[in-house]
Amino acid sequence: MSPDRLIYMANQIGKFFQSQGHDKAVPGIAEHIRKFWDPRMKRAIFAHLDAGGAGLEPDVRQAIASLKEATALPTPP
Amino acid sequence: MSLIEEIDFGTPRSKSETMVTLTIDGKEISVPEGTSIMRAAMEAGHQIPKLCATDMVDAFGSCRLCLVEIEGRAGTPASCTTPAMNGLVVHTQTERLKKLRKGVMELYISDHPLDCLTCGANGDCELQDMAGAVGLRDVRYGYEGENHVFAKSNGDVNPAWLPKDESNPYFTYDPSKCIVCSRCVRACEEVQGTFALTISGRGFESRVSPGMSESFLGSECVSCGACVQACPTATLTEKSVIEIGQPEHSVVTTCAYCGVGCAFKAEMRGEEVVRMVPWKDGKANRGHSCVKGRFAWGYTNHKERILKPMIRERIEDPWREVSWDEAFSFAAARMRGIQTKYGRDAIGGITSSRCTNEETYLVQKLIRAGFGNNNVDTCARVCHSPTGYGLATTFGTSAGTQDFDSVEDTDVVVVIGANPASAHPVFASRLKKRLRQGAKLIVIDPRRTEMVESPHVKALHLPLMPGTNVAVMTALAHVIITEGLVNEAFVRERCDWSEFEEWAAFVAQPKNSPEATAILTGVDPNVLREAARTYATGGNGAIYYGLGVTEHSQGSTTVIAIANLAMATGNIGRPGVGVNPLRGQNNVQGSCDMGSFPHELPGYRHISGDAVRDQFEAMWNVRLNPEPGLRIPNMFDAAVEGTFMGIYVQGEDILQSDPNTSHVVAALSAMECVIVHDLFLNETANYAHVFLPGSSFLEKDGTFTNAERRIQRVRKVMTPKNGLADWEVTIGLAKAMGFEMNYKHPSEIMDEIAALTPTFAGVSYARLDELGSVQWPCNEKAPEGTPVMHIDGFVRGKGKFVVTEYVATDERTGPRYPLLLTTGRILSQYNVGAQTRRTDNVVWHAEDRLEIHPHDAEQRGVRDGDWVRLKSRAGETTLRAEITDRVAPGVVYTTFHHPDTQANVITTEYSDWATNCPEYKVTAVQVSPSNGPSDWQKAYDAQARHSRRIAPAEAAE
Repeated sequence: MSPDRLIYMANQIGKFFQSQGHDKAVPGIAEHIRKFWDPRMKRAIFAHLDAGGAGLEPDVRQAIASLKEATALPTPP
Repeated sequence: MSLIEEIDFGTPRSKSETMVTLTIDGKEISVPEGTSIMRAAMEAGHQIPKLCATDMVDAFGSCRLCLVEIEGRAGTPASCTTPAMNGLVVHTQTERLKKLRKGVMELYISDHPLDCLTCGANGDCELQDMAGAVGLRDVRYGYEGENHVFAKSNGDVNPAWLPKDESNPYFTYDPSKCIVCSRCVRACEEVQGTFALTISGRGFESRVSPGMSESFLGSECVSCGACVQACPTATLTEKSVIEIGQPEHSVVTTCAYCGVGCAFKAEMRGEEVVRMVPWKDGKANRGHSCVKGRFAWGYTNHKERILKPMIRERIEDPWREVSWDEAFSFAAARMRGIQTKYGRDAIGGITSSRCTNEETYLVQKLIRAGFGNNNVDTCARVCHSPTGYGLATTFGTSAGTQDFDSVEDTDVVVVIGANPASAHPVFASRLKKRLRQGAKLIVIDPRRTEMVESPHVKALHLPLMPGTNVAVMTALAHVIITEGLVNEAFVRERCDWSEFEEWAAFVAQPKNSPEATAILTGVDPNVLREAARTYATGGNGAIYYGLGVTEHSQGSTTVIAIANLAMATGNIGRPGVGVNPLRGQNNVQGSCDMGSFPHELPGYRHISGDAVRDQFEAMWNVRLNPEPGLRIPNMFDAAVEGTFMGIYVQGEDILQSDPNTSHVVAALSAMECVIVHDLFLNETANYAHVFLPGSSFLEKDGTFTNAERRIQRVRKVMTPKNGLADWEVTIGLAKAMGFEMNYKHPSEIMDEIAALTPTFAGVSYARLDELGSVQWPCNEKAPEGTPVMHIDGFVRGKGKFVVTEYVATDERTGPRYPLLLTTGRILSQYNVGAQTRRTDNVVWHAEDRLEIHPHDAEQRGVRDGDWVRLKSRAGETTLRAEITDRVAPGVVYTTFHHPDTQANVITTEYSDWATNCPEYKVTAVQVSPSNGPSDWQKAYDAQARHSRRIAPAEAAE
């Protein structure tokens, strides 16, 4: 899916968690994306991260990296 | 089966817990203090003759028919206005009373037409009944004198005679039959709260007058039907009764319009509906109704309803009528073909919040188990998904906390981003009744809504700029914290104290004060401070909110902020308080409970939980996918991208109701199989390849769950006109796709739901028949359901305070788009109007209008009623302007009921950060004078006409 849209959505999630401070924000953002994004969205944002992750706010970038680490997405059937 | 007769006790029930005992006609009876003698007699089984009394309104004492004699008291007091007291000895039938009553009836009948045999109320007329009850055999006065009955009297025009008023499309007012009991006037005041009716004149000149002697349609009347229900004669009568005759049997069912979930008696003759009458034992509506549920059911047999399945290769082709089997196999082959070509996750579906719990459950089951993915979503995505997220985060479960009865114990009502008078009218009537008794009202809304302008109601109105909800909520919290108004005992006991402290430190920051945020919100800081103090200290405070809260990029944050406020002030966990989302559609709560969201199974349990999935896998005998599926806006994005190519849409018009219509059109056009399951060829069907005709709520069994979590039965009163109930259609499609589901009746589906969902464990059709309704959760812990939630503690344990930082939406005004558009609803129309536009409700609202402030209108040279062009970054449309100061300068407002206006051409794709609920309520626009439809509207209309063609059937050999 278009990375621009996903970057926007991820940063928007980041803005909500920002006021909770870095330590809570990173796991908060990662958990939110884990719970609500479908695999193709996750794959696309992981791919974007691998490609440099341009446009992602620092906490969001870190959250996506940690989520990527913890996720074993099935290959699309 | 026969007609359900409801006992009319004559006067309302007393809520007193003190009992008094008296003797009526030799029978001893105990009743609550404050009960009238009339009601006490009825409870003892003795009906005292009456005309002006009915138990929906307070006693009035005008007809002088309900007289009784009380030992030791002089005279013959009216039993409706005389309270029962300990030790009274009452006689309801004596020689003196018989004579008096006969005399009274004789006078009534001397000014009443004697056309009983041809009268619309024949068989259902209290005047006729009372004439019989008192033994009236003769009218000594004759009919020649002054009267209201005859158009001509002694050869001259009779000035006292008035013609029938047939202006209202659903009922008639025949003044010649009126006995001026004023039941209609009192119903309008006390039950509905509109005050449209009055009695003009006095003595013999007295008559019922809508407004200032206007027609019913021309007056403030909102056509709720309470007056018609209250009228004891044929003066106010449903036109359907006049046309068809009296019903012979009735069935209790639930309205399929809004989230109030009114219980109705469908009064029938065979399989024909004669009328829908609100059921007094309905716990959501308590015998009241609105113009939609009471009257606007004609769409169910509208000529545009599609009754045969249809298919086509391409959307440019005309439709071809086929058998059910052919439609199912065509659809199944296409959907399976897409999965083969593009992968298992390339198809999905949308459940309908207008359909029953059972039907919704089946659709999500078909998708999860049959399609093999979790691409299921529902229209709650675009209305109350932030409620789900926000309340689950703070309280631990996604539901309103109260029942509707709770409003009777409320002292301060805060209405945020909701206009119940239009969108939840029956609840609004109950709310207004409480406000007239003295409860205080705070309205937070950009518009001066009907709630603000209700008669005999004084509201503290905070007219905020659209998009600044979080700033206003946090400023309210700022006042509560900094002025020391917190209910500390409650917070310490029920909530996480360290999270509270963190939150309190945040809201106390000077940047969150009403004075600092006024520049953003436009709300007078003094008014905001007064509102905060009133809510925190005024007694039981209850918050009711609607889509003005959720449909923003910070929708979920606002819901959290509301929950924070309620917890900080201790307004949770007892009658009269709470956080109450006013749900849009009849079964939004139910469709969410039934697992319509892509990330959770029925009962709000995340799909990634192994234990939960195991349970469903065992029952359904399949492997379930542990990854969440696509949400509606993600489906559209994926369709445009080419990875989501087939969709089954049950009972929702996504093209008209979802934002940024051109994007939705692009998504639907890109798909290779769009299956629409609906009553009508709706706008989405213009892009569909398969049309499966739906059945109306009158044609099937099931349950709906209303905004107060009340599960109520929907009962079939006629055979499905399309041949199959909706649940049978889903089973047919599933079978063609190779996924068998076997149910003989929806009750079996509910049994499966109860077996798999702990919060539904106690729900069964037998239980519902026994109790009338139950409020979710219903299980061994709460066998009769749960009227008020979080009584001894929150569902999640400790209540969670969450910091709510205001983040301005990216949808900004600027030189090109200087105005903010916000959208809403009107009383007579419902949602996208697919149902109400196909009824006579169009007389009240034939088109969407753009409300604009006189200042903004003048600057643009726009006069009232002019066509204007409404343009945003997403698109443009035209509609007519209505100049009003209900909206503030800089804000414009419209409704989205009509497809030819297409308000959603204008709205953008910005959405709630947590749930992707679209930001319908804030769009930067420009308004300019126009000559007529935009190019978009013309092209859309041409495509729609082309797409709705149905090929003529081939002649039979």
